[in-house]
Amino acid sequence: MIDKFMLGIGASVALTLAGLTTAVSAKVEGDTITLGSSISLTGKYATNGLHTQRGYDYAVDVINSSGGVKVGGKTYKLDVKYYDDESTPARGAQLAERLIQQDGIEFMLGPYSSGMTKAIAPVSEKFGVPMVEAEGASRSLFTQGYKYLFAVLSTSEQYLSTAIELAAQASSDPSSVRVAMAFESDPFSMDVRAGVVDAINKYGMKTIIDDQLPADLSDMSTTLTKVKALKPDILIVSGHSKGAATAARQINEMKVNVPMIAMTHCEAAKVQEKFPKAANGFLCPTQWVETLSKSDPMFGTASDWNTGFKKAHPSYSSVPYQSAQASAAVYVFKEAFEAANSFDQDTVRDAISAVEMETFYGDIKFSDAGNNIAKPMFMRQIDSTGNYSLVESAKDMTFPRNVSY
Amino acid sequence: MLDNIQLLFVWAPVINVQIILEGIFLGAVFALSAYGLALVWGVMNIKNLAQGDFVIMGGYISLALSQYNTSIFVILPLVMLIMFFYGFIVYHSMIKRVIDQDMFTSLLATFGLSLLMQQVMNLIWGPEVQIIDLDFPVYDAFDGFVTIPSIKIISLVLAGILSLAIVLFMKKSRIGQAIRATAQDPRAARVLGIDTDKIYAFTFSLNSAICGAAGVFVSVIWVLQPFYGITYSVRSFAIVTAAGLGNLPAVISAGFGIGLFEKYVGAIIGTAYEVAAPVSMLLIVLVFRQISMKKNRQAVK
Repeated sequence: MIDKFMLGIGASVALTLAGLTTAVSAKVEGDTITLGSSISLTGKYATNGLHTQRGYDYAVDVINSSGGVKVGGKTYKLDVKYYDDESTPARGAQLAERLIQQDGIEFMLGPYSSGMTKAIAPVSEKFGVPMVEAEGASRSLFTQGYKYLFAVLSTSEQYLSTAIELAAQASSDPSSVRVAMAFESDPFSMDVRAGVVDAINKYGMKTIIDDQLPADLSDMSTTLTKVKALKPDILIVSGHSKGAATAARQINEMKVNVPMIAMTHCEAAKVQEKFPKAANGFLCPTQWVETLSKSDPMFGTASDWNTGFKKAHPSYSSVPYQSAQASAAVYVFKEAFEAANSFDQDTVRDAISAVEMETFYGDIKFSDAGNNIAKPMFMRQIDSTGNYSLVESAKDMTFPRNVSY
Repeated sequence: MLDNIQLLFVWAPVINVQIILEGIFLGAVFALSAYGLALVWGVMNIKNLAQGDFVIMGGYISLALSQYNTSIFVILPLVMLIMFFYGFIVYHSMIKRVIDQDMFTSLLATFGLSLLMQQVMNLIWGPEVQIIDLDFPVYDAFDGFVTIPSIKIISLVLAGILSLAIVLFMKKSRIGQAIRATAQDPRAARVLGIDTDKIYAFTFSLNSAICGAAGVFVSVIWVLQPFYGITYSVRSFAIVTAAGLGNLPAVISAGFGIGLFEKYVGAIIGTAYEVAAPVSMLLIVLVFRQISMKKNRQAVK
């Protein structure tokens, strides 16, 4: 018994030592390029953190099995070293430092969420480590003058401004459109709101309700009571999945009948399953759709990537876009390494910033600030059977919302 | 803000009905969890910071039970039973050990319990928001201006029956009398042959069961998330501090009062300030009390 126990300790010590020795020399060694990422595998972002990690891993597998990365006439395999940041920003920043200083990581993939990215970006910036992130959409990430931070996704102020564009297209006189909006007072939703307000001003629409929702949001009946009394033409809600869930539940209960309703996080809150009646006609923004007509030589078309990913992870009935954009971030690194033809951090950084490519995820081209300006946000509408269909212009949209409570 | 006041009292006064109803539904849930808090606070002098997490846990258990297509009338007693046992376990493993310590020990212990419960619920049910939709009909009034989901009425009636049962239990039953005696003077109660340790265990378990019931109502009316407990804790504390301990009618009326106040603040100033309303109410009550007690205060010369 005791012997076994000692053996166990010995083995784990040996393993830890082995881990340490390889860890110190990780980065680019032999024929492996090791990227580093601190990702939320436990805590409140655990679900989406896992989607992200699977997206990274899937891309690594596909790239490695189709020949890897060619730099200086030599072929390298990709690998990712992960740490669990427990969904806490302070831990994320610590782990980023550990990846860079102890593990010698020279290139980083982003964490999950804007908040975590905000905590980690100053660290990677300080050490001049290029980071391509796929899950931090906050506009404020790209106003800090970071040189080493790049994001493949559309920034958050684009999330719902498309809804205003659609409302303008659907109306004969856009300036007569009356808008009601309710946004949570967190950085993400405030960004979304800023984009919506810009679009409203562009068309000269009238804002008749502009409510802020609390962070621990579980009841927005007072806002909806006002909506019922004032009858706006479009209702816009953003408050993560709790906002979408609360809004859908109470729109259903209070029989709110607004011709156009747009909100973020419909899918995460599963509103089409929980409240099929009320959710009929909701407009929901998404970073990516699997029916997108874009493709690349590595992953094929959007639907090829979707099929491949589902095969690797059969537990998904529909694949979250978080995984798709994570794969795109890894792909950007491959292209940048090959274009730079070197592992010098600044050369790779310049190569990333010069990237201009079409991928299964959409076009990628970075602005000077580091955000992707080539890909639009997509808008989908829920139909009466709970399916999401892509809305590219007002004529694809069911307007007014066809709902009978 | 002026727009909202005009809307409420000039343009569409009928929406007041909706707001008052929402306030009453909200108040009923608050009153339940606040009463449980007052009970534990008054009897054992434990300020249970995990109160809101007990509510959310009740909600999650009802979520788990609702997957078997059970009716709310089955779910409610089951959740209360499960939560009663949970309270019993927590009392014996933890609360018992801090009951004679000073206030900070019990605050720290229950705060730790709150964190633990949040994380365990997060591990089991995940961080995403969960909803129970029991698909009850919704009633209309005033040309569809006011809607009342029948589930809210059912919850209100059940909450009413439950609080009535608790009042009767505390007044008439032998254990209820023993609880009140222990609250007044534990030493005297012990001298008279009451096993105060058992009474404490029962009181804490009863509180847990009451929270469980509140949790069932939360889960069928609003939404569940592992970290939402804190809002219910804050409101319970506000209500109990404003109403005083051991005063059930005051706790219930304060619950309804705060529910209504929240909804009107939400309608006039904005939904974001709803959660701030109970805290500001608490502040007003405390300041008011300070002033009204001033005449009784005497300095030793």
